[in-house]
Amino acid sequence: MTRYVLWRLLQGVITVWFIATVTFFVMHNLPGDPLADDKAVSEKIRANLEEKLGLDKPVVEQYFIYMRNMVQGDFGLSFVHENRRVNEIIRDHFPVSAILGILAIVIAGFGGILWGALTALYRNRWPDIVIILLVILGISVPSFVFATVGQLVLVTMNNLAGFEVLPVAGWGTVAHMLIPALVLGLGTMAFLTRLMRTSMLEIVSSDFVRTAKAKGVPMAQIFSRHQLRNAVLPVVTVLGPSIAGITTGGFVVENVFGIPGLGRYFVLAVQQNDYGVIMGTTVFYGAFLVLMVILVDILYAVIDPRVRLE
Amino acid sequence: MSDLSFKPISLDTDIEERSRPSLSYWQDAWIRLRANKRAFTSLFVILGMLVFACAGPLVWRIDPDAQDLDQTSKPPWGDRNALVQTYEPWVGVVSGEPQGDNLAPQSLELVGNATTTNVRLVWGPVPNSKGYRIFRQIIEPRPGDPLGLPIGETKGSTSVSFEDRLDIKPKSYWYSVVAFNEEGEDFPEAATIKVDVAFSTTAANAVERGYIKDQNSVSVGDTIKVPLHPLGTDYLGRDMLARLMEGARISLFIGIVAPFLFVIAGVMYGSIAGFFGRNIDHILMRFADFVIALPFLLFMILFKLLFGIGPGESGILPMLVALVLLSWPGAARLVRGEILQIREEGYVEASRLLGTKTSRLILRHMIPNTMGVVLVTFTFAVPSAIFTEAFLSFIGMGVTAPTASWGSMCNDGIKTMESTPHELIFPALFISVTVLAFNFLGDGLRDALDARMRYGE
Repeated sequence: MTRYVLWRLLQGVITVWFIATVTFFVMHNLPGDPLADDKAVSEKIRANLEEKLGLDKPVVEQYFIYMRNMVQGDFGLSFVHENRRVNEIIRDHFPVSAILGILAIVIAGFGGILWGALTALYRNRWPDIVIILLVILGISVPSFVFATVGQLVLVTMNNLAGFEVLPVAGWGTVAHMLIPALVLGLGTMAFLTRLMRTSMLEIVSSDFVRTAKAKGVPMAQIFSRHQLRNAVLPVVTVLGPSIAGITTGGFVVENVFGIPGLGRYFVLAVQQNDYGVIMGTTVFYGAFLVLMVILVDILYAVIDPRVRLE
Repeated sequence: MSDLSFKPISLDTDIEERSRPSLSYWQDAWIRLRANKRAFTSLFVILGMLVFACAGPLVWRIDPDAQDLDQTSKPPWGDRNALVQTYEPWVGVVSGEPQGDNLAPQSLELVGNATTTNVRLVWGPVPNSKGYRIFRQIIEPRPGDPLGLPIGETKGSTSVSFEDRLDIKPKSYWYSVVAFNEEGEDFPEAATIKVDVAFSTTAANAVERGYIKDQNSVSVGDTIKVPLHPLGTDYLGRDMLARLMEGARISLFIGIVAPFLFVIAGVMYGSIAGFFGRNIDHILMRFADFVIALPFLLFMILFKLLFGIGPGESGILPMLVALVLLSWPGAARLVRGEILQIREEGYVEASRLLGTKTSRLILRHMIPNTMGVVLVTFTFAVPSAIFTEAFLSFIGMGVTAPTASWGSMCNDGIKTMESTPHELIFPALFISVTVLAFNFLGDGLRDALDARMRYGE
C-alpha cells in the first residue's frame, strides 16, 4: 500500500514536471509580447522590466530559474498586473473555484447515486421514467445553456417574488453559490445517475441480494449494505475524470455568473499573454488534477477490498 | 472391446440439424441493433443530420452570410406581410404655452400609423419644463422601473412631438415621455403609451432589398411578402436555417472526424502496447498517462498560434489537431485492455503455432476482435467532441464570427435570449438532439456488440 502510494506520487511529480516543461517552452514560443502594453515604454524602462522579470536571460537559464523557484513553491510574478505574485493570485482566486467545485461534486455525487439507485429500484415505474427524462436533458444540453437558463430562472424568480430570493451574479454568501454549483454539477450528475442505474440494476438481481432477502435481512439494510455499497464502485472510478470536467466547466459558469474564480482568471490571462499567470495556474491545475486522480484511485481500493494496489 | 461396440454411420445421415442460419458477429449485431427501437431511430436521426449538413445547402439556397436588414432577429413565427408606404419628412408639432400645473405630459398619442419606417408621437406641454426626453422599452415599465432606452430629446417646453426611426421592429413598444427642468433633471412623472408597430417598407427600399423587381409594380397601401426565413433570422438578419446548415458542417466535421482520427490512433497505440506487453507496454502507457494530464485549453491556444491564427479568428484545424493529439489515450487504454485479453485466447495461440507473422496476427486476428469496443468508444466520443467544439466556440477560442458553428451561434444567441429566444433555442436544440442521438446509438451498439451482455437479458 505505502509502496503503491509512493510510486503513484513519484509518477505524479514526473507528470507535473512534464506539464511544467512543455508549458514553459510553449509559452516562450508564443508570439505576442506581454510588455507591449498600450502605454509607451522607453528603452530604459523596458530593459529594467525585462531584468526584473528575468526576460533578458537565455531561455534555458530562465527555465532552470523557474524550475528552482517552482520546487520551492514560488510561481513568480504576474507580467501584466504589476507587483502581483502568481502565488497571491492563486491564493485569492483558487479557494473560490475550489468551494464551487467541491459543492458541485458533492451535489453531483450524492444526487447521481441517489437518483441512480432510485431509478433502479423503481425500474420502469414513474420515478424511473421521470428521472431518466431529466437525465437525458442533463447529458444532452451544453453547460453554457444551463448556466444562462439558470440565470434567467433566477431573474424571473426574483421578479415574481418582488425581492431578491437568490442573487443573480456575484460571490460572497452561500446564496451566491447554490445555483452556480447546481448548474456546474448538473452534467456530471446526469452522467453519474446513468452509471449508477446500470450498476444498480446488475446488483439488484444478483445472488447475494437474493440470499440476503431469503435470510430475512430488512430491506433498508439490504439497500444500504448490500446494494448501495457494491453499486457505488463504478461511480467512484469516474469521479477522477469528473473533477477534471468540473474544472473545465467552471470556466463557463464562473464567466456567466461573474464569480471571481481561478478559471475566469486563467481565460483572462490567456487573452492578455500573461505568461507568469498562465504558467503558474497551468502547473497548479495540473498538480491538482494529478493529485485528485491518485486520491480517487486510493479511495477505490479502500471501498472495494477486491482491488489490490500494486 | 470388440468391434461390435462400434457401428459405422452412413455419411448421408444428418449429424446436426441447423434450425437457424448461421450468422456472423456483425450480422447478429445488426439484427440486435434493429430490434432496439431507440438506437435505430437515433441512427436515422444522425443520418438525417448528415444529410441536413451536406445536402441541405443544395436545397435551401440562401447565403448564410447574406443579411436581410429589414428582418433582423425575426422569430420564425414573425409576420411576413409588409405594408408599402412612402416616407415624407415630418416637421413636428409646436404647441401653445403650457397651462395648469401637471408634471407629466398630458394626452400622449400617436400621429398616423405606427410602422417600422417611423413612429410619430405628440403630447401636451408641461409647464416650467425646458424640454422632453423620450424613452422606449420592450416590456411594460412598472412604477419605479427604468423607462428603457433613451432615444431622443426635444428642446423647449412647446416642442411636443417626436419621430422615432431608430431600428424599429414589428412588435409592441412602450414609449415614455418625461419633461426635464433647467438643470436637465427629469420630472418625477412620466407619460407612457403602448404602441403596436406594423411591418412596413417603402417601394424604393423593397426594390433595393430585392423583394420586388420594379418600383412601379406596387403602390402605397399594398401589402408585399418579404422573404421567408423558416427558422427566423439572427441579430444581423442572417437566415437561421442556412446558418444552422453551415454550422452543422463544422460541428459535425469536428464532432465526427476528430473522434475518428483519435480512435484510430488509440487503436494502433493500444494494440502495440497490449501485444508486446512488459516494458514496451509499461513505457507506452506511462506516456499515455502524461498526455491525459495535459491541459487542453492551453494546447488549443498553442496550436492556434502554430497555425498562424490570431485571437478572434476561427481555428477549426487547430481544434481538430488539439482534440486528436490530446484525446487518444482513452481509446488506447481500452484497446490495450482488450488486446491483453485476446492475446491469451486459443485462436491466437493456434494461429501463432501455424506460423503467422506478428503483423498479420495483430491486423487479422486481434484488431478485428476489438472493433466492437472501438465502435462503441467512437460513438460515445462524438458527443463529447461536439460539446468541446461548442464550449470552445462559446468562450471564443474555437469558431468565431463570421463562420457559423452551433457553438458560436449559441454564443451569439445567448446575448439576446430574453427578447429573441429562437436565436439560442435552435442551435442549442441541434446540439442537444445530435448529442442525444449519438448517446442512444452508443447504448444500442454496446448492447448489440458486447458479448458479455448477450445472455444476460
